[in-house]
Amino acid sequence: MDLIRFPEMSRGSLRAMRQTIDGGFRDFTRAWGDTLEAIFAPLQDLLTLIENLLIRSPWILVLAVLAAGIWLLSRSWKIALGSVLALLVVGYFGMWEDTMRTIAMVAVCTLIAVVVGIPIGILMAQSNRMNAMVTPILDMMQTMPSFVYLIPVVMIFGLGKVPGVIAVVIYAIPPVIRLTNLGIRQVAADVLEAAEAFGSSSWQKLRDVQLPLALPTIMAGVNQTIMMSLAMVVVASMIGVRGLGQPVLQAINQQYFTMGVMNGLAIVAIAIIMDRTTQAYGKRLQKHTEAGK
Amino acid sequence: MTEAGTHDIEIRDLYKIFGPEAGRHVEAVKAGLTKTELNDRHNHVLGLQDINLTIPHGRITVIMGLSGSGKSTLIRHINGLIRPTAGQVLYDGLDVVTMTPAQLRDFRRQKTAMVFQKFALLPHRTVLRNVAYGLDIRGIAEAEERARHWIGRVGLQGYEEYYPRQLSGGMQQRVGLARALANDAEILLMDEAFSALDPLIRMDMQSILLELQQELRKTIIFITHDLDEALRLGDKIAILRDGAMEQVGDGQEIVLRPANAYIAEFVREVNRGRIIEARTIAAPAAEGRELPGFAVKARSRLDLVARRMTKAGVSEAQVRDGDRLVGIIDLPSILEAMVNPADAASDD
Repeated sequence: MDLIRFPEMSRGSLRAMRQTIDGGFRDFTRAWGDTLEAIFAPLQDLLTLIENLLIRSPWILVLAVLAAGIWLLSRSWKIALGSVLALLVVGYFGMWEDTMRTIAMVAVCTLIAVVVGIPIGILMAQSNRMNAMVTPILDMMQTMPSFVYLIPVVMIFGLGKVPGVIAVVIYAIPPVIRLTNLGIRQVAADVLEAAEAFGSSSWQKLRDVQLPLALPTIMAGVNQTIMMSLAMVVVASMIGVRGLGQPVLQAINQQYFTMGVMNGLAIVAIAIIMDRTTQAYGKRLQKHTEAGK
Repeated sequence: MTEAGTHDIEIRDLYKIFGPEAGRHVEAVKAGLTKTELNDRHNHVLGLQDINLTIPHGRITVIMGLSGSGKSTLIRHINGLIRPTAGQVLYDGLDVVTMTPAQLRDFRRQKTAMVFQKFALLPHRTVLRNVAYGLDIRGIAEAEERARHWIGRVGLQGYEEYYPRQLSGGMQQRVGLARALANDAEILLMDEAFSALDPLIRMDMQSILLELQQELRKTIIFITHDLDEALRLGDKIAILRDGAMEQVGDGQEIVLRPANAYIAEFVREVNRGRIIEARTIAAPAAEGRELPGFAVKARSRLDLVARRMTKAGVSEAQVRDGDRLVGIIDLPSILEAMVNPADAASDD
């Protein structure tokens, strides 16, 4: 018996297996591709709408609205002013349009991640079986190289924004799910018992006690999700998502050092703005933990 | 505005075993399997055994025991937070044990309110919103108005917009008390409600509770590990040990006639002069005997009686309950009653 060579499957069977699965998936794509595309069409529309709104409106108006939004969330003049300065510099160096596209993309991806992720996190917190089922899927989503799941997504949707959004959401959704779950599970047992003793229904317990007390933790998850979707914009540019990722990709291919660094720094600037804003917002939610008045 | 207690709570043949197959062992426990045997042989914990207790309406019933005696488990059976392995908890013709989840929710909303040892306030809500919490759950429109009323009653006006974390422990528990009272329920469950407070503040809270109870006449179940607190608050006292009921009675009965050595040990350090009433040790006046000129009230505590008698310079007094003569009391018998018989014997 040969102990050096691993007793592997014969090449023929392996090829046959691959061909069967690939063939099956190709058939599925042909049969359902249009339907799936139609289902996701509103997503495409939403993304185009936000992009156009940001790009076609007067830049000064966009800047003012962004600054106002940042101030409303953070209630900090320092963060708002810093953001305006950063955006002015980015725009001055010719990256305004790409920056707007990236902001639109990250905003839509985060929105989807939150809308899908928080309910999943709640379900995981309510049931240990759900928790045991979803946790390995999240592990897989976070460790599977993103290029691998780009293949089926591109086969179904082709190149463009929608597959980009799907890829980014798959990559960025785990933190918001995990931290929603964690936040709800960490709510003190005695407070829950009090809610129970006063006759709360499960929904009232969730709405009045669990979610409000988990909110700071959930916000930390949203913050992580934003950061991870920003990290994905370069990868997403490989399947045709426009924005700051594309010039970076171009710079890698053609060894344009300055172009790469400039666009990279623009991504960093957006990341810092979004991070500081969401963190300040998360802190504001914990107003009640501060002592003294 | 507020609901007085109108029905007794009857706890009948209650058993609670903790463990995955509790139901299988309950017959063996009824037949005499002890707590230790159950733990060693079957790895189940006997929480409560053979509890029978009538909790009279409109009174304060204190359930007393050391930690691990099962008192917190017992109080949670009354509002169904814990389900027994066997037995009944009857209130107004209903058995809490067999209620459906929806019935239980209604029962908790309308008939009970609870105060917790660690306050268990909602940290993200202001004092006002915390006190209104039980009413919010029931969707009561004037929740805020009623909450403000009870915040006033527990002496917290001006703190409505504070968050719990900004208040001291004593103030937080006033919020807990106001939250329970605002619920306007007949049954008030207090689980070591004052145990986490400093002694002085605890006395304060006891006074507040007694004062409110004089007017509200709720059915209160009060859990404590502190005998002084039990004697001060309880119209009826039930003493638990290792999940079994050791003695049930009023404060005087427990101090004067402890059912066994365990309880005798418990009541040793009690200031008996503050518990025992004059009528309890008054001797019947002999026929035709001349009565002493000095009179004391039948329900006065011995320490007070002794102080008044020494101040007046008399050694004998009549004990009167209104117009009725209860008997005669003298200083030696007061002194004897105030000294613990066990201590007196050992110090000879």
